[in-house]
Amino acid sequence: MRDVAVIGVGMQKWGELWEKSLRDIFTESAMLAIDDAGVDHIDSMYVGCMTSGLFVGQEHLGSLLADYLGVAPIPALRVESACASGGAAFRQAYFDVASGANDIVLASGVEKMTDVDGAGATYALSTAADAEYEVYHGITFPGLYALLAVAHMHAYGTTREQLAEVSVKNHKNGAKNPLAQYPFEVTVDQVLNSVMIADPLTILDCSPITDGAAGAILCPLDMAKDLSHKAPVKILSSAHATDSIALHSRQDLTWLSAVAKAGEVAYKGAGLTPADIDFVEVHDCFTIAEIAVIEALGFFEKGKGGTGAPSGETAMGGRIPVNPSGGLKSKGHPVGATGIAQIVETVKQLRGDAGERQVEGAKVGMTQNMGGTGGSCVAHILGKV
Amino acid sequence: MSTSAKYWRGIPQRYRLEAEKCTDCGAQFFPPRVVCSGCGGREFEEIKLDDRGKLLTYTVIRVGPSEFCEQTPYAMGIVELEGGVRMTGQIADVDFDDLEVGLPIKIEFRKIREEGEAGILCYGYKFVPDK
Repeated sequence: MRDVAVIGVGMQKWGELWEKSLRDIFTESAMLAIDDAGVDHIDSMYVGCMTSGLFVGQEHLGSLLADYLGVAPIPALRVESACASGGAAFRQAYFDVASGANDIVLASGVEKMTDVDGAGATYALSTAADAEYEVYHGITFPGLYALLAVAHMHAYGTTREQLAEVSVKNHKNGAKNPLAQYPFEVTVDQVLNSVMIADPLTILDCSPITDGAAGAILCPLDMAKDLSHKAPVKILSSAHATDSIALHSRQDLTWLSAVAKAGEVAYKGAGLTPADIDFVEVHDCFTIAEIAVIEALGFFEKGKGGTGAPSGETAMGGRIPVNPSGGLKSKGHPVGATGIAQIVETVKQLRGDAGERQVEGAKVGMTQNMGGTGGSCVAHILGKV
Repeated sequence: MSTSAKYWRGIPQRYRLEAEKCTDCGAQFFPPRVVCSGCGGREFEEIKLDDRGKLLTYTVIRVGPSEFCEQTPYAMGIVELEGGVRMTGQIADVDFDDLEVGLPIKIEFRKIREEGEAGILCYGYKFVPDK
């Protein structure tokens, strides 16, 4: 396998992009990534997208988006793993380059979520859970994570305020990200007193409905300097793991075993431990998700993830900054694009290009992107060359 | 529009709580599986699940999916039945303030929702406090 580098990244400002269609936002972000790398062509492309079929009535994205990017007839493939689709697309692009099959590959992600109303979006997202044994009974994604939250609070004494602190911390970071959907700060009181969605989670515990896309250009590390003027960022490891789709099938309702497994494989592949990671972009689709993930990735002891935000350990300048970008909470969560946006942030941080939210001296960054309630998880570790 | 097969196919589980037990390792599965995820066994015997258990976790859904909008707010939870099988469902006939981990639960056969424009009635199990 060849060593692989990321030489270009791009995303537009995310939000409710009423005037743009799925093909527009994909193409914009892909062009930003191509221009950032400075390459004159791509050899193949992967598109992470959870459910364009339900959101905009469109499948067969490989054909559509290669055409609109003006790169047909190159191979182009849509990759799906629910909310981990972007991370999974990046992993496929990594294998494509590492294997020697192609040299310059676009890894991208896109989701256009605002062409359906709130109930339609709730339904579309719910298809990442078990349709016959969870969704049939009326569960929603906020509901599933609320079940995880109540179990975590009962088992470990995690508090309602600790959940809110995750949202406060991520909004504080996101306020410094000009591409974030909601670049403003919130207070613990605002989180606690916002509209209840699924007890105990309020709307400020939940990542938003977002239109957005992101892209990254990968190439062999030894070709990076010839192809691009940008400082290459090396992919140190790539990992993917699965768990039961239904939350109720897990022996420990508070433990995300696919995240733990993906983390373990990623650390082993890079020859690193959690202590070697300078910052991490995690899948905080709900505040409780960040708490469970930082435990599963080994940054906090099992049951102690709730202390991360209140103690300042996960803040900028803390022991392990979590979600410098603002995370899904503040940056937005166009589901299929999220995994690629994590790569975009990580590359900017490792290049030293993250502006006001720069993690000082960052040399190694990690990304963690999961589908459903952790039924699938993709993790990558990237390093400065 | 859905064809009718998916409604009758779920009847053994949703109406009668039928599950399966692996004849090799004894693991119980609800719903039934083709291959045992514990030991790889392919032989199963049919079992009927116990209709009593306890609540492992719960929530109250305030914003529901389209077909449940008229039912909000409603309580949902994960229940562990005697025998170890776990399932997700609605908790009916409960005061939200009484919801707590460990609450004894009895399973009852109820209407779950009306599906699609035709309003097809979907039935199944719900949890009620076992007083």
